[in-house]
Amino acid sequence: MDAHAHAHEMPWIRRYIFSTDHKIIAIQFLLMSLFFLVVGGLLAAMIRWQLGFPSEPMPGGMLLPDEMMAPTPAGAIMLPEFYNSLVTMHGTIMIFFAIMPLLVGVFGNLLIPLQIGADDMAFPRLNMASFWMAFPAGLLMLASFAVEGGAAGAGWTSYAPLSASGEYTGVYLGQQLWLISLTILGFASLAGAVNYITTIINMRAPGMTWFRMPLATWALFITAILILLAIPILAGALIMLLFDQTIGTGFFLPASDGEPLLWQHLFWFFGHPEVYILILPAMGITSDVLANGARKPVFGYHAMVLAIVSIAFLSWIVWGHHMFQSGMNPMLGTTFMITTMVIAVPSAIKVFNWLGTIYKGNIHLHTPMLHALGFVSMFIIGGLSGVFMASTPVDVYIHDTYFIVAHIHYVLFGGSLFAIFAGVTFWYPKMFGRLMNEKWGKIHFWLTLILYNLVFWPMHSIGIQGHMRRIYDPTQYEFLQPLQPINQFITVCVFALVAVQAIYALNFIISIWKGKKAGNNPWHANSLEWTVPSPPPHGNFELVPIVYRGPYEYSAPDVEEDYWLQDTPPPSETAAPALEPQPVAD
Amino acid sequence: MSQPAASTADRHPMPGMMVYNVKLGMWIFLLSEVMFFTALIGSYIILRFAHPDHFAEPGAVLNVPLTAFNTFVLICSSVSMVKAYAAITQGDQKGLKFWLLVTILLGTFFVGVQVYEYIILAQEGFVPMAELYGVAHEIEGAALYGATFYTMTGFHGTHVTIGILCMWFVLYRAWQGKYSANNYGGVEIMGLYWHFVDLVWIILFTIVYLI
Repeated sequence: MDAHAHAHEMPWIRRYIFSTDHKIIAIQFLLMSLFFLVVGGLLAAMIRWQLGFPSEPMPGGMLLPDEMMAPTPAGAIMLPEFYNSLVTMHGTIMIFFAIMPLLVGVFGNLLIPLQIGADDMAFPRLNMASFWMAFPAGLLMLASFAVEGGAAGAGWTSYAPLSASGEYTGVYLGQQLWLISLTILGFASLAGAVNYITTIINMRAPGMTWFRMPLATWALFITAILILLAIPILAGALIMLLFDQTIGTGFFLPASDGEPLLWQHLFWFFGHPEVYILILPAMGITSDVLANGARKPVFGYHAMVLAIVSIAFLSWIVWGHHMFQSGMNPMLGTTFMITTMVIAVPSAIKVFNWLGTIYKGNIHLHTPMLHALGFVSMFIIGGLSGVFMASTPVDVYIHDTYFIVAHIHYVLFGGSLFAIFAGVTFWYPKMFGRLMNEKWGKIHFWLTLILYNLVFWPMHSIGIQGHMRRIYDPTQYEFLQPLQPINQFITVCVFALVAVQAIYALNFIISIWKGKKAGNNPWHANSLEWTVPSPPPHGNFELVPIVYRGPYEYSAPDVEEDYWLQDTPPPSETAAPALEPQPVAD
Repeated sequence: MSQPAASTADRHPMPGMMVYNVKLGMWIFLLSEVMFFTALIGSYIILRFAHPDHFAEPGAVLNVPLTAFNTFVLICSSVSMVKAYAAITQGDQKGLKFWLLVTILLGTFFVGVQVYEYIILAQEGFVPMAELYGVAHEIEGAALYGATFYTMTGFHGTHVTIGILCMWFVLYRAWQGKYSANNYGGVEIMGLYWHFVDLVWIILFTIVYLI
């Protein structure tokens, strides 16, 4: 009880701004990354305006400065340099400041201590530092729009030599800020990863064996290992590129006999594990929500864990499949093709196990369940189009076309983002004590699912017809002109898709104050976070919980309810408990 | 920072590594450091294999005897770090403070020699780009050779410097009597970091100076 009293004595700024409580830090990450999600969405809308209606005056474009939009009597027309910045910053912000902090920063912080029965992270102050590095890094990234020359414009992959010298893109300071911002974010990610791994290894409650951990925590654990090992590679590459730009080194510059391909190797050696950093936690969240919605244990729990581990392992030996067209040795191309195709095996194991989980279940279609089902179906499409690209002969044709754009959005939007919607709705009570509105949640889900498919499905088609990614004006090419109606259709759907997200935003904000009070366990789930009040008090558990079983004992024959909390003693032990709960050690 | 609460562990074995959090955290952090230096060293190897003509023969540009002596100094600082750790496990406060100070001095000497080496090399024109540094002319191939040399040794030097700053903090706490024969976690993880930095240097010295 001391911990609770202590929490109330702390001044407001220590409780909510510079907080060391993992739940508050999770909320901080949530607000930060939802803000960047909105920013990234608006950038996407601007990109789509230019693609749908090339060089026509953009509504509201007059609000932007002349360096971005050329003013004409009819209105403001987007400049090509600004278009490059938009494409770069949309990718960068969405990947590093929206999806990654949403999955890792929010759910890692919120779920790990609660699901393993710990009072907080192993290093709460390091955790606080993690947020207070990530947030300024994001602001720095945004600020680069305001500097001379604009924001970075060499794509989110920042391939050298395009990115290595300001002469090529006209962006000097913006590119450097991009590099510095991502380096700072790397430190934040590392702090988080060290924290998560230590916490999960060392701070599990008694009885919480490895194979009693919920799959969300398992996925976050493996993700943390990927972050720990991949981010330093990116940091090394970023620093070398920064040196090339500022202090005259020639790592990636052909002019000094440097190796531009080296950047691609370093970037994708980080970048491919990063892809799984962005999807593994989503898979974990989906597993938790699907089992809950189907009222059945997860089908093949051990296989699910092993699939996560093997995907994580394979992610280190496939990076070359991003570089089939880069002039790499074709022998290597074949090797990377084979290793990449092998990843389809654990991914398929996961998909079939999800189907096995819902098969003949007593399905409750609550909003998180709908989003989880959305995740599974969209991930199948995105995963299958991934196999197209893994195959070198096909990739030679579709490389750097809109087919790739469609693929990445099917896995990152249709995949990760739907899982994020599922997770945020599902664990909203553990952050704010209330439930989000179910009716509006479902309306948002259906509209998003339909509009999202209308936006990204046609991109497969225009990609196969040769529409290149990252081009400023598709109508410049005669063979792309017949595709322009499809581009306009996509653009209109994107505006609708962005507008529909207002439903979610309003639902989220209003529910903080007006939502239905949740109680401890609104979804009748099993894992430890549902044994404590919503939101849990400072220190989480009054007594150290003792774990008797796995997290997916839904509809077990031994109990009357269709759920069985992990810390409920089995019937044989209720008469004479072998283990009495221990007070929380300070 | 001491061992996990014994009473709970006795009644019901806790899952976990039976290593206290800070030590486990330091090991995990060092794994990421390995990957960081892997990126730098890997790039060096690739660039050197791709353009062997840009890289001078061992000893042609770099001062090998001086750095060999400096390497010896850094290895000695690892020995003194071990002595500091051994002292506090025996509860020897005086020995802890003495050996920590010796380690700090040896580490500082190492960084000092490295700075001296940089200054001499820069004056000789061993810089990535002559016009940026106000040097008359640059040594052939320095844009790659110099770039990799300064990046790798520079980041190692930064790690040593950070280590020295942390060691002052440990020494300050030792002066306050915060460590004892039962509570020496801070000294132990300081040692882990220091030995790691030492190990990285031995690899760097071999591949940058000797091969």
